[in-house]
Amino acid sequence: MKESSQTENKTNLVDKSYKTLESIAGPIIIVSGVKGVGYEELVEISIPGEEQPRLGKVLDALEDRAVVQMFSQTSGAQLKDSKARFRGEIETIGLSKNILGRIFSGQGKAIDGGAEMVAETRRPIQGASINPWSRQYPDDFIQTGISSIDIMNTLVRGQKLPIFSGSGLPHAKLAAQIARQAKVAIKDSNDGSSGNFAIVFATMGVTFDEAEFFRKEFEETGALKRSVLFLNTAADSVVERIATPRMALTTAEYLAFEHNMHVLVIMTDMTNYCEALREVSSARKEVPGRRGYPGYMYTDLASLYERAGRVKGKEGTITQIPILSMPDDDKTHPIPDLTGYITEGQFIISRELNTKGIFPPVDVQGSLSRLWSAGVGEGKTREDHSALKDQLFASYAVGKDARDLAVVLGESSLSESDKAHMKFAEDFEGKFVKQGERENREVTESLDLGWSLLKMLPRESLKRVKSDLIDKYLK
Amino acid sequence: MNKENSLGIITRVSGPLVEARGLSNARMYEVVKVSKHKLLGEIIELNNDKASIQVYEETSGIAPGEPVELTGQTMSVELAPGLLESIYDGIQRPLKKIEEISKSQYITRGIETDAIDLERKWEFKPTSKEQTEVQGGDILGEVQETETITHRIMVPPNISGTLISVKSKGNYTVKEPIAIIKTKDGKEKDISMLQYWPIRTPRPKKEKIFPTEPLITGVRIIDSLFPVAKGGAASIPGPFGSGKSVTQQSLAKYCDAQVIIYIGCGERGNEMTEALNEFPELLDPNTGQSLMKRTVLIANTSNMPVAAREASVYTGITIAEYYRDMGYSVALMADSTSRWAEAMREMSGRMEEMPGEEGYPAYLASRVSEFYERAGKVTCIGTDERQGALSVIGAVSPPGGDLSEPVSQATFRVTKCFWSLDASIAYRKHFPAINWLNSYSLYIDNIKDYWAKNVSPDFCQIRSEAMDILQQEAKLLEIVRLVGMEALSGYEKLILEIARSIREDFLFQNAFDPDDAYTPLIIQYEILRSIIHLYHELKPESENRERDFSDLSGISSFGKLPELKNYKEVKEFEDFRNIVTAEVKSLPVIS
Repeated sequence: MKESSQTENKTNLVDKSYKTLESIAGPIIIVSGVKGVGYEELVEISIPGEEQPRLGKVLDALEDRAVVQMFSQTSGAQLKDSKARFRGEIETIGLSKNILGRIFSGQGKAIDGGAEMVAETRRPIQGASINPWSRQYPDDFIQTGISSIDIMNTLVRGQKLPIFSGSGLPHAKLAAQIARQAKVAIKDSNDGSSGNFAIVFATMGVTFDEAEFFRKEFEETGALKRSVLFLNTAADSVVERIATPRMALTTAEYLAFEHNMHVLVIMTDMTNYCEALREVSSARKEVPGRRGYPGYMYTDLASLYERAGRVKGKEGTITQIPILSMPDDDKTHPIPDLTGYITEGQFIISRELNTKGIFPPVDVQGSLSRLWSAGVGEGKTREDHSALKDQLFASYAVGKDARDLAVVLGESSLSESDKAHMKFAEDFEGKFVKQGERENREVTESLDLGWSLLKMLPRESLKRVKSDLIDKYLK
Repeated sequence: MNKENSLGIITRVSGPLVEARGLSNARMYEVVKVSKHKLLGEIIELNNDKASIQVYEETSGIAPGEPVELTGQTMSVELAPGLLESIYDGIQRPLKKIEEISKSQYITRGIETDAIDLERKWEFKPTSKEQTEVQGGDILGEVQETETITHRIMVPPNISGTLISVKSKGNYTVKEPIAIIKTKDGKEKDISMLQYWPIRTPRPKKEKIFPTEPLITGVRIIDSLFPVAKGGAASIPGPFGSGKSVTQQSLAKYCDAQVIIYIGCGERGNEMTEALNEFPELLDPNTGQSLMKRTVLIANTSNMPVAAREASVYTGITIAEYYRDMGYSVALMADSTSRWAEAMREMSGRMEEMPGEEGYPAYLASRVSEFYERAGKVTCIGTDERQGALSVIGAVSPPGGDLSEPVSQATFRVTKCFWSLDASIAYRKHFPAINWLNSYSLYIDNIKDYWAKNVSPDFCQIRSEAMDILQQEAKLLEIVRLVGMEALSGYEKLILEIARSIREDFLFQNAFDPDDAYTPLIIQYEILRSIIHLYHELKPESENRERDFSDLSGISSFGKLPELKNYKEVKEFEDFRNIVTAEVKSLPVIS
């Protein structure tokens, strides 16, 4: 394997071995008597009677001791006769363009039965922070073919927009539909669905079924050949989960910024990732923050999410859709909370809509895309997009209020306008939000559908759209 | 400094915390260079010859045994012409230069660069007389830094004596001496345009003054209902998605401070990019010049090293104080101070300090109050008694929107203005989502004379009336929810209609619409006065039990209320009010 000179931040570390394991607690092993061991250096622990060494990395480097966090289980590990080899390098991943179409474990080992990859370059998975000066503001509309996203909470290329879901909700189906249908604006000559579009997909601690759902999905639609999968399932090591998204993002950066590809990164489930962080933190006996999660969780999550974006002078982009399940549908739980503070909006999956049988059950009001305004309008979608979206939001809110009122006071007490709005809210959910899992709506189609729903309302209640737009589109 | 004495050896690396020994002559908060990569760090604890260092760059691969080099300087900022229009990282390295040096979109390690361009020549115009006595803060001369800001070159705060000579008008770099001062002890000191100041020490001032002028922002709910004074401190708490950053950016764009320092502390990279794209394009409504000409941006985005986040707010406020000392009104926006507090918590945790509430260090509250106390209206040092003001607006990101958490509480105790961003209001897409019921400003008393003199004598009263109507609305809506609209009297229905108009036609403001984003104070007053005028005219009618409320709500003036914010002239408002009066007079008579 060719070691590349491109490895950033080369260290001066050297390979060295010790037989002085001092303690093992959970995923943490302490090795004493070491010298010159670097922070985050990779460690191989060889246990007598086992062929393959187990892997870990240095979490705390002291003059004569090293605290090592193991990526795999420590069950069966023993202090006596075990050997710790410090590899003199930090964690990297081997990359080449041939990585497309491959499936790896959460630790970066090929698990698709194919040969090990020949790496063109090795990159540290930790990544470096993008200079804000070098960033370019994302403003290319991505058409997902889903009305509630395209019109109401528009996604743009280079955005990080998570899906906030809950247990039992169909976030996987929604993510798969986005991955299947996503393409760049109508007038783009470089159709995003062709050669320069790639998907990097990472699972952390999901069930075998869910991982298999995505793998099959990619295989059936032929998307697999332009995808890279990193699969860490519930059966795999907890600590490995901390590396998995970084493997995926390093791959995404390589494809986007070296090979000019538009990369969509889907990571599921961030909740499991955070639990893994908490587990390691507590094994290290750190002072816990809210609900036992480590105080640095915000920074840690940011070091993943902020790896999305566009940079000046490079054609490729990284768009991130992390998926997380909110414990007890609680948006204020630390995981969705900290995520929301970092990402550029969120899609919230509504249990209420899901119960009503509406797919995709996107909570239109609770969801938000912070970058929507950069992606819509004349030349990107259509001139009426922004105003129509405002009007749909406003009318839907009135309709929902009317519906609540009708529950308390009875429908007969509503005014004519309220009744119309209530009907509108029903149809908005039933016709606009609801669509088939394989239904791919062009953005103009979605816009026209929005206008056709507004016809149900008294014209004077349409205050957010200018009258010339009404004349032109409200047919 | 003796090089041999100043080398230490790393003994431990744990994330951004590095411990080293052999540093017996180190000073607290001294800047050090860590390892062969010369990563920048700062000493935060000394114990015999052991030192704890917070490192401002990524530490992976750094090992015990590597060297630590002392620099002899405490963490300082460089102050000179050239600050404005810059974008710095948390420790004042220009991001543009970092890109040039690293030749990459990533911030690589060990980059050293000057904060100020040392090559660039500035035209210096002396304004001081030779052979006079000068003291710290006295103005030696001027440099036109940008079209809007004249940079006043001051005697550094700790120097006084006789001005021996000052250079004549001409072009100089910031390091060339422009004056010589003979100090009391007889030494002659060269003074250049470049000064240093340690970031953790407030710059001196003569005295603080009671602030009496409002900071005018063009945001209607802030200026008219919850104003902040020039030299005041305000906090914007709010959960994510409630519009903290949008509000902060609105203020940075349109407020009438002369110099803006915007600190993106642990926030999104794209937000800084957006500011970088927008500010040069947008015009300052107060001067007509590009906004960037008065702005310094400091960016430590959430993925940049956490220790530099702790430093970024100090870097920002020291630069702000420097411009305040020139006699300018400066506004500093820190988005978000919670990330700064979390950076403190992270370092504290790694140093194994005894944690206080929620893991934050016990000194959290004192650090927060020290920071906000650096705001204020002051008489600057120097003989001419000029005044400067520094307003600080800090965003707070309470976890889960829970305002009882330590950072929010520590902040509320020291800020007198509270703009409470509300998730439920944002959910209804009403922006700015500042809750009109529980926000407050304690500066009303300070500035009501200013209002009476510069806007109108009855501004204060109209404001109170509007607030009162909004309070009543909240109560009435409770009733409606229980028993429906029909149970309300005509007067109560009027309150609801007027309150709705205040909310939708006055408080609602679209920060993305160039026409709506900024409303001059006098127009704000006129809009509010017109709505209240309608209320006054209709009030007696609504109390008439015989009167059908649809008579009142049907008058055409009600329909015109949404137009008010598009009016530009006072005359248009007067016409509107006259029509209202006429319309109410011509209501059908009830026998």
